[in-house]
Amino acid sequence: MANDNLQIEIPVGEWVEAGVDWIQVNLTGVLDGISDVLAAVIDAFEGTLLAMPPLVLAGLIVGLATWRVGWRFGLFAVAAMALLFGMDIWDETVSTLGLVIASSLVALAIGIPIGIAMARNDSVEAVVRPLLDFMQTMPPFVYLIPAAIFFGLGKVPGAIATLIFAMPPAVRLTNLGIRQVGEEHIEAGQAFGCTGRQLLVKVQLPLAMPSIMAGINQTIMLALSMVVIASMIGAGGLGNTVLTGIQRLDVGLGFEGGLGVVLLAILLDRITQSFGTARRGAAPSGLARLKRLFAADGPGASGRG
Amino acid sequence: MQEKVVVKGLYKIFGPEPEQALALLDQGLSKDEIFEHTRTTVGVQNAEFAIREGEVFVIMGLSGSGKSTLVRMLNRLIEPTRGQVLIDGQDITQMGKQALIELRRSVVSMVFQSFALMPHRSVLENAAFGLEVSGMHKEERHARASRALETVGLAPYADSYPDELSGGMQQRVGLARALATEAPILLMDEAFSALDPLIRTEMQDELVRLQSTQAHTIVFISHDLDEAIRIGDRIAIMEGGSIVQIGTPEEIVTRPANDYVRSFFYGVDVSKVFNAGDIAADDVLTVFERTGVNLRAALAQLRDRGRTLGVVIDRGRQYRGMVSINSLAAAAARGAGEEPRWEAAFIGEVAPTPADAGLSDVLGRVAGSDYPVPVVGADGRYLGIVDKTILLQTLDKTT
Ligand SMILES: Nc1ncnc2c1ncn2[C@@H]1O[C@H](COP(=O)(O)OP(=O)(O)O)[C@@H](O)[C@H]1O
Ligand SMILES: [Mg+2]
Repeated sequence: MANDNLQIEIPVGEWVEAGVDWIQVNLTGVLDGISDVLAAVIDAFEGTLLAMPPLVLAGLIVGLATWRVGWRFGLFAVAAMALLFGMDIWDETVSTLGLVIASSLVALAIGIPIGIAMARNDSVEAVVRPLLDFMQTMPPFVYLIPAAIFFGLGKVPGAIATLIFAMPPAVRLTNLGIRQVGEEHIEAGQAFGCTGRQLLVKVQLPLAMPSIMAGINQTIMLALSMVVIASMIGAGGLGNTVLTGIQRLDVGLGFEGGLGVVLLAILLDRITQSFGTARRGAAPSGLARLKRLFAADGPGASGRG
Repeated sequence: MQEKVVVKGLYKIFGPEPEQALALLDQGLSKDEIFEHTRTTVGVQNAEFAIREGEVFVIMGLSGSGKSTLVRMLNRLIEPTRGQVLIDGQDITQMGKQALIELRRSVVSMVFQSFALMPHRSVLENAAFGLEVSGMHKEERHARASRALETVGLAPYADSYPDELSGGMQQRVGLARALATEAPILLMDEAFSALDPLIRTEMQDELVRLQSTQAHTIVFISHDLDEAIRIGDRIAIMEGGSIVQIGTPEEIVTRPANDYVRSFFYGVDVSKVFNAGDIAADDVLTVFERTGVNLRAALAQLRDRGRTLGVVIDRGRQYRGMVSINSLAAAAARGAGEEPRWEAAFIGEVAPTPADAGLSDVLGRVAGSDYPVPVVGADGRYLGIVDKTILLQTLDKTT
């Protein structure tokens, strides 16, 4: 059957527009509420970080790197801090860091409970899993459009796009981690008289922790990549530096912004990894995924636990 | 002795329509036929037994015969499809959720083949797991867990983590975790099967020792007859979900219900199964040493019954000696005048063997003697004799 004879058009675009209109008209209150909460969270982190004397913050980061990873990595952190100061992109870096932390925290606060619900109930998994697949195959730029439509321009829509984009690994790996807990551990928990809740808290979550931590690491790394992209709708930070570089065809500026992102990525990756996967290794590093994201064809291939 | 665990008509069908499978089972269809018809698996069918308080009840069978399923129905880790499980007279299959949780916290505990320790908890915290779950305060539960660790000889490792311990030590933690709750019933699903043979025997001895000081009612799953014999008071043998025989180790070995049961002890060393007391037969004429019975009377008695041998015991059934027609006649002839003493008639080379002597010891003596070997209990009471015929019959059953 030849397709060119069929002139049927399915107006997906129109439907989406209709839906968006409806939401804007009927859910204004909800949208405002979300916006206020997010703005408060972002302010709390970004504001605090920016208010700190740069040297104190840099010292904290170096200390964390040394304590969690080792003195070599501590030295790397010192060099990274010096470079960020030297390139005069400290404020942008801190702004990006604040936005990453704020959106990651919200993403985790929503994503981990969803992952737990998914692991404990097969019907929840059946509904959420295709949703996650859908979310992860969407190119990241697509998230910017509804975020900008509903929340305008600025940090809040940037954070919204970011947290939605970054949430799937946390959900997926929490679910996976809990489901991977061995039958014998579940049996042991039950045999000694655990209630359902005790089984979750005392057996499933602790044993799923390496996987959950890997999910947290990936969420943070995805958040970083998205925050950079979200500068297109006014989220500011290092992404803005890169964007300005592109607009002015200023290779140097663009490179400096990019280098800032890479340094931040390495720091975040190693430090968050050290909290969960260090003892067991094996979990794929978020940095590897981030490289893939920027190197090739979008995040479609990422996040499969 | 009191019956602690009673199982009545217990079934487990795995699959979507257990009722249909039960109906077919009642019609006499086999496990395989039922799988053909309904795609459901018969895990356990019609299990019936009663375990006494303080007993070690071993369930044996090949892989897939339903041992794990059966033992998990005793604490409802697996829900029975039909039948009753009475613990202290109460049917646990009718228990509500909360009552079941209480049962698991304080009455029935469990030891697993794979140890199933929590890797994120220290040895002490693992041992205290059951107590923690039941809401006991930290100090008290750690004190009790420490005592349990002492019992299994792991007190110095309280602060280690499971992955720092050898397999045998890990299973001691598993045992301590079960002991710490002070539950009177212990379920042990192939608890020692994952251990090296040497460690395994060590743990078996340890369990036997433990039973002698604080007797639990133990349901022990095993696929190893040597193990079953070492620790079991009684053994139940399972085949294809059914229990085909229940009995003491001796009963199982001497009177196996079918070839499946017999197949378990091909190659088993019988001298481990039996001791002299188990196979002693009291089919030799016994003569009481008392006033009014003298050598001549005994001689007449033997001739009367057409026997050549007799055993002399006193009124307390203490063994005195063995006599034959010849030795009696000779002693009677020698002491023509006065009344001859019994000692004169005893066959010199015959000495009694204790009931707990291993068959390998008895074997040599019986083979090298013209006479049977008398067996006496620890208190010196006469139990019977072991002769060549009895030995050969015993050995024949197991080869
Ligand atoms: N959850 C289950 N679902 C379906 N079949 C099962 C399940 N658990 C056990 N079985 C089946 O029940 C039978 C008995 O298994 P099991 O009790 O584990 O045997 P054993 O412990 O003696 O090796 C086997 O045929 C096994 O395949
Ligand atoms: Mg089994």
